[in-house]
Amino acid sequence: MSNKIGEVIEASTGEFVAECYELHTPPPLGSLVRTTDGEIEIYGIVCNAATESIDPGRRPVARGRDESEEENIYRQNPQLSRLLRTTFESLAIGHGQGNEVRHYLPPRPPRIHSFVHICEQAEVRRFTESLDFLSILLQSKTGEVDEVVSACLRHASRAHDDGRAFLVRAGKELAVLLGSELNRLNAILRRIRL
Amino acid sequence: MNEASAKGGRLGIVVGGSLTGGMEVKLDSATPIEEMTVGRYVVIEGQRSRFFGMITDIELGAIDQQLTITPPDVADPFIADVVTGTSTYGKLQITPMLTISGNAASLLEGPQPVKTVPAHFSAVREASEQDVELVFGQEDEKHFYVGTPLDMETRVCLNIDEFVKRSNGVFGKSGTGKTFFTRLLLIGMVQKGTAANLIFDMQNEYGWAGTSEQGSKTVKGLKQLFPSKVALFTLDEESARRRKVSPDYVVQIGYDDIEPEDIALLRETLNLTEPAIEAVYQLVSEFGEGHWLEGFFNLSGDEETKELLTKHSIHESSYRNLRRGLERLRRLPFLVPRARENSVQRILEYLDRGMNVVLEFGRYDDVTVYVLVANILTRRIYAQYRERTERSMGEKVDKPHPLVITIEEAHKFLNPSVAEQTIFGTIAREMRKYNVTLLVIDQRPSGIDEEVMSQLGTKATYLLDNEKDIDSVLMGVSGKSELKTVLSKLEAKQQALIFGHALPMPVVVRTREYGSADSYKEFGFREAAELKRKAEEEIKELF
Repeated sequence: MSNKIGEVIEASTGEFVAECYELHTPPPLGSLVRTTDGEIEIYGIVCNAATESIDPGRRPVARGRDESEEENIYRQNPQLSRLLRTTFESLAIGHGQGNEVRHYLPPRPPRIHSFVHICEQAEVRRFTESLDFLSILLQSKTGEVDEVVSACLRHASRAHDDGRAFLVRAGKELAVLLGSELNRLNAILRRIRL
Repeated sequence: MNEASAKGGRLGIVVGGSLTGGMEVKLDSATPIEEMTVGRYVVIEGQRSRFFGMITDIELGAIDQQLTITPPDVADPFIADVVTGTSTYGKLQITPMLTISGNAASLLEGPQPVKTVPAHFSAVREASEQDVELVFGQEDEKHFYVGTPLDMETRVCLNIDEFVKRSNGVFGKSGTGKTFFTRLLLIGMVQKGTAANLIFDMQNEYGWAGTSEQGSKTVKGLKQLFPSKVALFTLDEESARRRKVSPDYVVQIGYDDIEPEDIALLRETLNLTEPAIEAVYQLVSEFGEGHWLEGFFNLSGDEETKELLTKHSIHESSYRNLRRGLERLRRLPFLVPRARENSVQRILEYLDRGMNVVLEFGRYDDVTVYVLVANILTRRIYAQYRERTERSMGEKVDKPHPLVITIEEAHKFLNPSVAEQTIFGTIAREMRKYNVTLLVIDQRPSGIDEEVMSQLGTKATYLLDNEKDIDSVLMGVSGKSELKTVLSKLEAKQQALIFGHALPMPVVVRTREYGSADSYKEFGFREAAELKRKAEEEIKELF
């Protein structure tokens, strides 16, 4: 399948890290990805991505002083794409088997080297029919939770026929979950309005 | 009204409350709060039974205090959509009034007064037409349609049988529609024939024709609608003639009909002093009962007068005060030394035949005349009824036909200082023991004796804005504070709050339309019902 984008290289119950097959092409922040623990499918929301050197001891150095175009750097140094890698972190927010989708943590984390797929629109629509995953997302300890939530909702709204209705529904859910944290709520709402 | 609410759509859920304080209901976010109105009916779907209640208050709530200090940017329609019903929400205060249980036995008994509350999170929906019909009944031989609840087309019906069993009251500020509603009630009573009516018609509004609500055109009175059931009496033949009305009888009152109590009642309007009233009683002892007024008017010469005054130690000034007052009565043309005929007897004859009597006052729409005449006639009639009722207990003859006496400006008869003395006070207190009840119409209910007010069975009240008046009308009613909110929010015209024995629960109605050809036609209902009953009897005989 063409939407395979990477492999799990680090996994825990709550989140997993995957390495992209292509440098510099992680899935967008907040998008829905799917992997597996061998039996069931595990869904995650992309919450962070990074590109760094494969060897933590060898940091990349600047190389483009005499180049007029960025692309030339990579052309001149073909080894770069082997020495660098792009990884992304996903928060596990649900799992499923067949047509069934459950909006809570999977029983086991994904296996290392499980393939990670980016979900297609139909799958996103099916998963976001219920907004129960928002509470897991909001409780996450990751730094940019609110950004992730808003990005995720923006993505999901595109998968729905009536994107605005979906966002209003999600907004209402957030208003309840963030009843006592008005500033957070307002910040998210400002980020998801169309 | 949106589509959902027309079908009795869901409004919200119960989130708290108590039986005495009413239920607290959180509105669903889809329910627009501005469509909710105080006085509207709702049904709460409890687990075992359905509760029928009324919206008594509407409130705005916010999930967090901070929201009220830094309001969200509602200029953005998206944010406004999101916060409505979640961070900010509408709340209703609902007073449950009746329960409608699901089982067969209670279906037969009909709605019962509420004794418990619905469970948490019971769904609340707008009452459908069927719900309202279940509670207020359909128009039939006993029920008379008086109006529709707010925002609904269903009919609210009064149980006329229950209605006439006790004294009742119609209240409201001047110009709100008291007369209009009273006319409806009278039509109801005449139509159903459950009681004979005696109406003291001060403004000539009920008998032949009256003014419509707008006051621009005339509408038919009782006599025109029910010519065979209503007799028109008048005090003022000339006025009747000028209005092209032919009265059935012209009432005259003899001096001998006037008793000292009648004068005492007129103390205020005739501007009499206390000693002057005392003097009246002394005049009675001098001339004898029934002759005192004539004797007083016939006093000739200063000598005779002085003698009388000294004999009974009446002060000169009291005498002058009394004379000035009584001379005013003497000028009334219908007041004669000897009446041609006994008017009371005449009225009773009509009432006995099941006729309804409207007594028009013609030009004498002065309160003094009204109080005097109403009191004299009613006292006699009541005495007769009392005698007959007592006889019926001993001799097993039929009790007299129930009588309803309609009086306007009721606070003149029933204010605390005179309610003890007047016949109306007695009737209101002793109620239906002798089959005589009152229909009291007034714009200052606070002026009416508390004891009398507490005995009224059914009360209909239009807009009142004086705190004292509102309190006196709602005295002793359960859920008083909630009804108070409803009462003070009534529209200035056509809307009335009705509560008491003739209805299962308090109701705000938009009063029935009256004055068009269609409306007159509908009042012929009784005939149709009679036909139906006859047909049913025949069917019974056949099988």
